[in-house]
Amino acid sequence: MKINLITRISVALLTARLKQTIIAAFGVTFSITMFITLLSFMAGLNDLLDNLILNRTPHIRLYNEILPSPIQPINRSTAYPGAYHFVKHIKPKNELPEIRNSEAIIKALENDPNVRGVAPKNTVAVFYNVGAINLTGVINGIDVDAENRLFIFQDYVVEGKTQDLKNTPNSIILGIGVAKKMLVRIGDNIQITTSDGTRFPLKVVGFFQSGIEELDKVQSYATLATTQKILGKPVSYVTDIQIKLHDITLAPALARRYHTRFGTEAIDIQTANAQFETGSSVRTLISYAVGITLLIVAGFGIYNILNMMIYEKMDSIAILKATGFSGKDVNAIFITIALTIGLVGGALGLIFGLGLSALIGEIPFDTPSLPTVKTYPISYNPKFYIIGAVFSIITTYLAGYFPSKKASRVDPVDIIRGK
Amino acid sequence: MAKHVWIRKKGECYFLSVLNMEKKVIEAIGISKSFHDPITVKVLTDVSFAIHAGEFVSVVGKSGCGKSTLLYILSTMDTSYEGELLLDGVSMKNKKDAELARVRNEKIGFVFQFHYLLNEFNNLHNVMLPGLKYEKLTPKEVEHHAYEKLKILGIEKEALKYPNQLSGGQKQRVAIARALINDPLIIMGDEPTGNLDKKNSDVVFHIFKELAEEYQQSLLIVTHDLDFAANTQRTITMEDGRIQKGPTNNLTA
Repeated sequence: MKINLITRISVALLTARLKQTIIAAFGVTFSITMFITLLSFMAGLNDLLDNLILNRTPHIRLYNEILPSPIQPINRSTAYPGAYHFVKHIKPKNELPEIRNSEAIIKALENDPNVRGVAPKNTVAVFYNVGAINLTGVINGIDVDAENRLFIFQDYVVEGKTQDLKNTPNSIILGIGVAKKMLVRIGDNIQITTSDGTRFPLKVVGFFQSGIEELDKVQSYATLATTQKILGKPVSYVTDIQIKLHDITLAPALARRYHTRFGTEAIDIQTANAQFETGSSVRTLISYAVGITLLIVAGFGIYNILNMMIYEKMDSIAILKATGFSGKDVNAIFITIALTIGLVGGALGLIFGLGLSALIGEIPFDTPSLPTVKTYPISYNPKFYIIGAVFSIITTYLAGYFPSKKASRVDPVDIIRGK
Repeated sequence: MAKHVWIRKKGECYFLSVLNMEKKVIEAIGISKSFHDPITVKVLTDVSFAIHAGEFVSVVGKSGCGKSTLLYILSTMDTSYEGELLLDGVSMKNKKDAELARVRNEKIGFVFQFHYLLNEFNNLHNVMLPGLKYEKLTPKEVEHHAYEKLKILGIEKEALKYPNQLSGGQKQRVAIARALINDPLIIMGDEPTGNLDKKNSDVVFHIFKELAEEYQQSLLIVTHDLDFAANTQRTITMEDGRIQKGPTNNLTA
């Protein structure tokens, strides 16, 4: 009942200055709207840019690097212990970067509970033969189903179907950049040459566009079996094992474990792509800073209006106190006013923010480098709405706190005698 | 408690009121007060007096004699004083802000020179506010009560209007109804007729008199209107922060 009475008085004071109240609430609405829109847009963009790389990147990649023998003959000598050895002459062996015992490793990884999926891959350095000249390139031999499942490969195939790659023997999905240079269409046959001079005909079944132009000028995709055939290797020949985990944060630790367990190089996504995380976090930080600045400005607006209201309502405060309302009650009245402005303004801000970001999400955004994106990217993360709501309440409470304190300290004697 | 009895027959009331005269609703014992800004000025010196239940007392004096200051001390709104103030036999010293607010709400009704009605509420709600704050009665009962008070003051027709639709005299009557809503121990007035013309002053005075005589309401009114003071039961005259002469009983004088 007491809360009821305080609410009634607050509402009466609010409606008495309806215009100011609306302006104050609008300040909050505007800032929350912009906060939500800014963050949704920025997060959408971040996700897009990150996914550009992250979707196509395994969480852990197992591979063999061509390295000189780590134990040079001089090391075996015990004549000069602790001395630095300059004599190094055993060069890398002539061997392909094959992962030995790949079938057993894949089986072991598939049984690991941390692993979401495993996709084996070959890379073959080739020349695409275009008339008289050769273009350098790389053909990735992939397991089409695993690639689709783990790296949404099908999204990047802009023409043709990934299944055709699996079903047509000796087929290839060409990078769009290469395809343009070679003037080929789906169904055409092309010739490639490997680094050791083998020529091989392949049928084009599709085009691939990653969004990264340099990559599209070089890369193409074939099945594992096709690349093994090009190289003349057995079916166990695999140069890379790509691993996707359930929890990406475990990647560095697991990479170290796999390195020692399988005796291959293992690189985790955090190490390989450190720059993306830095970029994302800085962009997010900037948008939070702008959003919170907007809210603080709105808070000052509320502070001003409440201060004005208190000066105007000095008489009312005095008489409320004279007739038995305590400082606490007066404080509660003005805090209620501030929070009402904050809640109404904030709620509208969340709705408008959702609306505005949805609107931006409808604006066409055509860029040749991002084939899968047709409109501006928007992230509808509920986290932003929760932060927006909490911040609108906190800032309005703080904006109301000091004026309310002042109102609660009004001495009725001063006011009444001053008349 | 005894108040309900007073409302009945006059003869009976008289007898009872004599008995009740012993009960002091408010008592000031040696109250002194100084202002220290910018230099120390003593505004009240050793003021002592008591008001009994059902008394209609006026305080007069030249402006600056400290009569308003005294009233605000008696009303518990001003707490920086020396001496002792007893309201209904309870000391007001060392009480917290919230406790004093409670005392004002329950035991004191106020009428000021200016009406101090809240323009955001209609007259009925203005009267109801202290009653709702008291929380002794349900809002429905408070409303009923407020109507009754407005009826006593003859302005029940204006209940649903807003204060700015009333004349000065009517506003002051609404303010008096508000002072009465919690059946206070005492009504305090600071120049309640100071802002009114002669006709309205008389109306307000007669209301006070009626409250005192018919409802045995204790009243303490600060005024500079000597005619007004002369018609009250007792007048306290102040000069330079002291009670100048012993309390005079106007009716026997």
